[in-house]
Amino acid sequence: MYGKKVKLRILFLFLALVSIILSVYLILKSLEENVVYFLSPSEIKNLTEINSNKIRIGGMVKNQSIIIKSEEINFIITDFKNELNVSYSGSVPNLFAEGKGVVAEGYLEDRNYFNAVKILAKHDENYMPPEIKEALGDK
Amino acid sequence: MLANQIGYYSLILGFFFSILIVPISIKNFNNKNQIIDNKIFSISFFQFFFVLVSFCGLILSFVNSDFSNETVFNNSHTTKPLFYKISGTWGNHEGSLLLWLLVLTLFIFIFLIKSNKHPKKYRILTLLFQQVIIIGFFLFLLKTSNPFNYLFPIPKEGLGLNPILQDPALAIHPPILYLGYVGSSIIFSSSLAAIVGKYISKVWAKHIKVWILVSWIFLTLGIMLGSIWAYYELGWGGFWFWDPVENVSLMPWFCLTALLHCVLVLEKRLLLSSWTVILSIATFMLSMSGTFLVRSGILNSVHTFANDPERGIFILIFLFTLILLSLVIFFVFHKENNQDIDKTYWLSKETSILFNNWFLMYFLSVVLIGTVYPIFLEVLSGEKISVGSPFYHKLIIPFLIPFLIFMSIGPNLNWIKSEVKKINIQIVLSFTISLLVSFLILRKIGYVGLINTILILTAFYLFFITIKDFFLKKFKNFSQNFAHFGFSLLILSILFNSILSSEKIINLKVGEKFSFREEIITFESIESTENKNYKSIIGNFKIKDKQNNSIQLKPELRIYNQPVTITSEADIKTTFYYDKFLVMNLVKDNEYFNVRYQVKPFMIWIWISTILIVIGGLLSLFKRLYEK
Repeated sequence: MYGKKVKLRILFLFLALVSIILSVYLILKSLEENVVYFLSPSEIKNLTEINSNKIRIGGMVKNQSIIIKSEEINFIITDFKNELNVSYSGSVPNLFAEGKGVVAEGYLEDRNYFNAVKILAKHDENYMPPEIKEALGDK
Repeated sequence: MLANQIGYYSLILGFFFSILIVPISIKNFNNKNQIIDNKIFSISFFQFFFVLVSFCGLILSFVNSDFSNETVFNNSHTTKPLFYKISGTWGNHEGSLLLWLLVLTLFIFIFLIKSNKHPKKYRILTLLFQQVIIIGFFLFLLKTSNPFNYLFPIPKEGLGLNPILQDPALAIHPPILYLGYVGSSIIFSSSLAAIVGKYISKVWAKHIKVWILVSWIFLTLGIMLGSIWAYYELGWGGFWFWDPVENVSLMPWFCLTALLHCVLVLEKRLLLSSWTVILSIATFMLSMSGTFLVRSGILNSVHTFANDPERGIFILIFLFTLILLSLVIFFVFHKENNQDIDKTYWLSKETSILFNNWFLMYFLSVVLIGTVYPIFLEVLSGEKISVGSPFYHKLIIPFLIPFLIFMSIGPNLNWIKSEVKKINIQIVLSFTISLLVSFLILRKIGYVGLINTILILTAFYLFFITIKDFFLKKFKNFSQNFAHFGFSLLILSILFNSILSSEKIINLKVGEKFSFREEIITFESIESTENKNYKSIIGNFKIKDKQNNSIQLKPELRIYNQPVTITSEADIKTTFYYDKFLVMNLVKDNEYFNVRYQVKPFMIWIWISTILIVIGGLLSLFKRLYEK
């Protein structure tokens, strides 16, 4: 017979192993379901199929494109190659303005219309999210 | 000018002393004498003193708006109020690193003075490991981020501090958080020293617990301050967004909390010694990688000061060196001491602490993966993703249930072995009361989902058990009692806050009104005023409820002059029952204002319960210090 000490250790290791495997499985599985992909308007145009997942769009707010109504704000996100119409009802960050970078989170209706649920705040006038910098890179 | 020079040269002097300590300590270490050489104390003091002088020099340069200093030029402005000139010192990359260094040198000096009851070899080893970190930071500072770079020609005016950092909570948030982060460096050095010096014992556990408590208290406070700031300044109306920079402060907190509990087992039973050491190393590594991720520009946020790849690479190399060093030391020197594992039973305080440690490690890995996975994915495949709050909520909330149960039962178990029959009438009674209370509350607010229901029940259970323990238990442990009570209150307030919060977002012109639930909110007027470094537009809103009671809320828009930035200051009416939160933004210089109105129940209890948790830590700390 093994001693009590050994048995306890084995049981303990076994429990630890099982819980580690379980938690890794759980984490990876929900990661799969909950990630939000980041796309530029051009990438949207080239999508082969439109699914109902939440995504983020990054680009510039097109000049003269913001239209404000009492319940809704409409604007166009552009990467200077392609454009995307966005409708949004919610609060906007202070640095949301025409000709400035923006990241919108929401759902695609089709290749031209995007329903945003959140406009992401930026913190600094001089700062541009790297995603946008990159999206505008070949401009 | 002068302050700048003094700052720079005393930083170099400090570096000189920090190198000088190494050979002297090694010589003293090999000495037969059991007393630490007085020279070491004085050199360690000089090291701290010169970093302090250097830091004061930087503060003076900021106060005098000396724009010949590059750091001051980049981050300050003559019209800024004095308070923010001073806080601007650590509101940037270079200055905040100097603050890291200052705290590092201060802590090792305090450690040397306060540890005189412990063996000489252990103390000197701790000093040496700490010096490795300190020298690393000196090199980093002098080589890549010198706060005293000279600018010529001298600019007339500085670039200014990011206005959203010009806030009282954020002025003290970095120093407090750093005290927590850097406190973990002492825990790290001392654990390594204890392995090498074969000093892992009950006495050591008792001694290191003081340092664990100190950094835990500061870390908790620091996270809370940041969260309060995000609540009223960012205008999103929440207090936690699972933003990567928030996560990197939460990860060491999980680790430190686990350490705080497992060091108890080490102290009482001399069990879990390897686990304690691993946690000590992990806590400091997480603090360091937090600094790395935040400072290197990999994560985008208000904290990202530097986008200089050289800095990122330096921290990365430094980090890997430290990890390698600690792993080698751990595997070469660490030997399991003869533990009395035979006397371990399932129903005991130590097993319940161990289980809770597992849960904390699970929470830690969830947050770690959620934070790091997008970075790796981008490097590997170029795909850009973000992981939002649903991921964290889904994976963390259900596991809070067993966590809370262990928190309620654990403190009532004995060390070594408990009998099942100890489950007595009081415990059953607390359970019945919490069942009743949750039932009544849920009847009032409606069905909230299975997991939330069980979570409310278990949180109430912890709530009543801790109250019962407070009044009825024979051997009271007030610190544990306070902290656990605070935690149950925290979970309850977060739950009810998130379930019952409601908001309305609308675009309004002056003079318009809207109704929300049973209130009518009128946008009465706007007025503008000039301040020292910003112009403000204040909106007057009247909120009238059904009984015709009305309150005024005055959210503000600030247009800062340098750098030109608009910030919104939310106006919040706080009561013990709810917060009424109103923030407005200007869109496109249009007559429309984007208005967000929120009613957030029990908001203040989130802060109160965090303070209770901190008080728990403080009580334990004072008890330790008093015992000595």
